[in-house]
Amino acid sequence: MKIVVIGAGIVGVSIARVLSMYDGLDVTVIEKQADVGWGASKANTSIIHPGHEENPREHPLRSKLCVEGNRMWRTWVKELDIPARWPGELMVFTSSEEEREARRYVELAKLNGVTGVRVVYDRELRNLEPWVNPAATGAVYAPTAGTISPFEAVIAIAENAVENGVKLLTETEARRIIVKGGVVEGVETNRGFVEADVVVNAAGIHADEVSHSAGVEEEFRIRPRKGEYLIYDEDASVKPARILHTVPTPLTKGVYALTTVHGNLLVGPTAEDLPYEAKEDVSTTDKGLKLLSREASKLLKELPPKSKVVRTFAGLRPEPPKGQWLIRAYTDPWGFLNVAGIRSPGFTAAPAIASYVVQLIAETYDIQLRRREKWNPYRVGPTRVNGVGLDAVDSIIRKNPDYGEILCYCRMVSKAEVLEAVERMKTIGVKPTLDGVKFRVYAGLGKCQGSFCRWRVAAVLSQATGVPLYKVAVGAEPYAFGDVKVLLKGDPSASEGV
Amino acid sequence: MKECEVVVLGGGPAGMAAAARAAGLGLNALLLDNRETLGGIPLQCVHPGFGVHYFGEDLTGTLFAYRLMEKVEKSGVETLLKAHVHSIEVEAYDEKLVNVITREGVLRLRTKAIIYATGARERTLFELGVPGGRPAGVFTAGEAQLLMDLYGVLPGKEIVIVGSGDVGLIMARRFALENAKVKAVVEIMPWPGGLMRNVVQCLMDFNIPLLLNHAVVGVVGRRRVEKVVVAKVDEELKPIEGTEFEIPCDTVVVAAGLRPNVDLLEKIGCSIDQATGGPIVNDLLETTIPGVFAAGNALVINDLVDYAAEQGERAAEGAKLFVENGGLQTTDWIPVSRGRNVRLAVPHYMCTERDATIYARVLRPEKNVFVEIPELQVRKYVAAVRPAEMLRLKLTREQLKQADGCDKITLTVVPRE
Ligand SMILES: Cc1cc2nc3c(=O)[nH]c(=O)nc-3n(C[C@H](O)[C@H](O)[C@H](O)COP(=O)(O)OP(=O)(O)OC[C@H]3O[C@@H](n4cnc5c(N)ncnc54)[C@H](O)[C@@H]3O)c2cc1C
Repeated sequence: MKIVVIGAGIVGVSIARVLSMYDGLDVTVIEKQADVGWGASKANTSIIHPGHEENPREHPLRSKLCVEGNRMWRTWVKELDIPARWPGELMVFTSSEEEREARRYVELAKLNGVTGVRVVYDRELRNLEPWVNPAATGAVYAPTAGTISPFEAVIAIAENAVENGVKLLTETEARRIIVKGGVVEGVETNRGFVEADVVVNAAGIHADEVSHSAGVEEEFRIRPRKGEYLIYDEDASVKPARILHTVPTPLTKGVYALTTVHGNLLVGPTAEDLPYEAKEDVSTTDKGLKLLSREASKLLKELPPKSKVVRTFAGLRPEPPKGQWLIRAYTDPWGFLNVAGIRSPGFTAAPAIASYVVQLIAETYDIQLRRREKWNPYRVGPTRVNGVGLDAVDSIIRKNPDYGEILCYCRMVSKAEVLEAVERMKTIGVKPTLDGVKFRVYAGLGKCQGSFCRWRVAAVLSQATGVPLYKVAVGAEPYAFGDVKVLLKGDPSASEGV
Repeated sequence: MKECEVVVLGGGPAGMAAAARAAGLGLNALLLDNRETLGGIPLQCVHPGFGVHYFGEDLTGTLFAYRLMEKVEKSGVETLLKAHVHSIEVEAYDEKLVNVITREGVLRLRTKAIIYATGARERTLFELGVPGGRPAGVFTAGEAQLLMDLYGVLPGKEIVIVGSGDVGLIMARRFALENAKVKAVVEIMPWPGGLMRNVVQCLMDFNIPLLLNHAVVGVVGRRRVEKVVVAKVDEELKPIEGTEFEIPCDTVVVAAGLRPNVDLLEKIGCSIDQATGGPIVNDLLETTIPGVFAAGNALVINDLVDYAAEQGERAAEGAKLFVENGGLQTTDWIPVSRGRNVRLAVPHYMCTERDATIYARVLRPEKNVFVEIPELQVRKYVAAVRPAEMLRLKLTREQLKQADGCDKITLTVVPRE
């Protein structure tokens, strides 16, 4: 049985991983970008939500999968060596009006079976969070909230899925679902036809287009809703212990401030509805960034100076009509599934969505699922120089001197780590790019944002892959243009020689 | 564990000058750099303007670096390349451990003194608060320069440069010389950030527009940069709504200033001056941690490499006194305070025991002024002061003696009238 999953976001790779547990399934993930996880799964708030913000009356499935996902992640991060922490969340209120609003979530928690959610005041609040703004009168505390490294999660799951036999095709865009006589035959892509008995559409913000090409859910439209973020340098002193959250109102969705697993203060997101066509617009705006500073200073005792902002970025929420996730298996065309409009808390729910979808496939298309004996649940993360003791550093250098050659000063990343990332990328079928390496080894995520190391990393990539330095890709585009001495003076043949 | 008297961190001009001088003074010194060669930033600067004060000759950056390398070699000081300082541990007043990562393993150095000369880093678009997309084609000036002049790679063809400091101006010319089109140099201040001679030689001679009082307020591009959005700014340097316009380009080069690289100093608890971004130091360039000295752009952003090298030598002299006497013996430090139109001044503390040099910058351009230290009865006429040009004031021991008993000395700029 051939199964094709469209989209290597958190949802797509999670489905692939769960599928890889079973015998007799030939699973291929196709992804239009050069790497996995470059959609909504890379640019988000990184929170594993407890599930106390989901209304089970309006969104029964979403609520159930969120709570289940939170539980499953605890196993997944261990099996897959994904950086994660479980600090709990405080929804901070500053007035009785806000308190009334916030208390609704204590009720939702009960309905969803989320344990430990309660209101904390004054001293307990300040004990839980020394960085909280003195104006806060209390907070709804949800102890099961966590934060994860979202891009590393996608990478880890993809690596594990491939290890268990899944094929990954990057730079492969699904153009059309091919249906004959009411039965799915496969997917037409920019790189040719990919045969399939079952196609799972997990194409994120573009999932509506894919669905239309299969002839279902013609009315279904996913709209982009932008979320902008500020991220501060790891050396900024403000490091909240918990995940802090303003009370959502009908007007604002609420802004978070949290310390990421990499030790940076993260503030965001905004919520701005964009026109349907703006599905690629991940630019930040002056207005958005200002709003974030304002909201964050309501949460925190103080905000680091603006000069400590190391990066700003934006992600697009795939917003379906009424916020309703569309998870459905079709009998016409037979073999097509939508896992579409997976907006927040999609990251949290992903493992649970995956299990649900695999069951749905089995039930709808009458497939007997048999666990494979040799399925390997484990994946080990890369070796790093930063954060281990000096003795440990010494001993890894003695095994491989490339660990002793530091390329990125801010995050202390060695040449060996970059080479390991290149190998890992090749293993899962991903072309080594500067961005891909950055998110795997953290080179360029520090305060210089790569101005000291990007060329050095590019030189290592060039050497390891045989691509000329200027042609090494940043994301989708090459780093530079070519040979300085000949390029603009009209001798194109010489530009290849760098 | 290896024993030294002084470890010099950073093999740029300040570090090379410091190491050579330290060896010349008879100290057991070790010079470290994380790259595979000494030279630091000047190595990638193929334009002239280096060494007029220090070598009495106008050299290119590359040649300047080479001359200093020769000096280092002659001095016999031990150097260690591809060596990354992992951490510094201050064990006691006269004992520090410098932990270094090398290809051979972790090297631990026990030393009495440290000269910190790790240079500066460039400010990024994020730090400037420029919103927009983050497509390929955004470079800092240093990265672009390095690609062109060490790797022979052209970073872009249609360029907008953010910032008109010397770095921005020189990069504008550099691109123009390779036939790339420099669409504009955008400067938020009402005056150019770099030396006048560079404005003339790098922009005017190449017909490159300089947009003063303008800021880049957005970068647009899906995959590669497609254009930037520029706006006029008001007196508070805030963009004025309605004045936005676009400049199509494929590359943005950010030359918006440097920040001293003080990560390790901060980690060991040195006090940092908000005005310079570098450590607080005394006249021997010793930081607030005894025996830890700083020089070059890690101390204060210099516009002339000669001053960076000079600071390196000064720090070496300080280290010599420190090592010889088991610490600096001075007890009466006189703070240097900033008077009218002075944005920054280094060192922060003086003493009356020896000659010293003050480096300073003004807040705004002014003509026909005296640069004064009233307490010392020092007064120097300057036809024009500009933020881009560092003021350097040499003070003799005799002049400094007059500060005996003063609770501070004040550097100030006053109109001649
Ligand atoms: C601002 C923001 C904040 C969020 N915060 C949180 C949070 O804190 N916690 C949480 O749980 N959730 C959060 N979410 C939601 C979460 O990020 C998403 O629910 C989740 O990432 C969706 O994953 P996905 O795999 O469906 O989509 P994506 O990650 O977008 O993956 C879809 C993939 O499909 C590929 N693709 C698209 N079209 C095609 C095609 N035709 N052919 C091949 N490939 C294609 C894309 O390139 C992409 O890689 C947030 C989302 C945003 C935007």
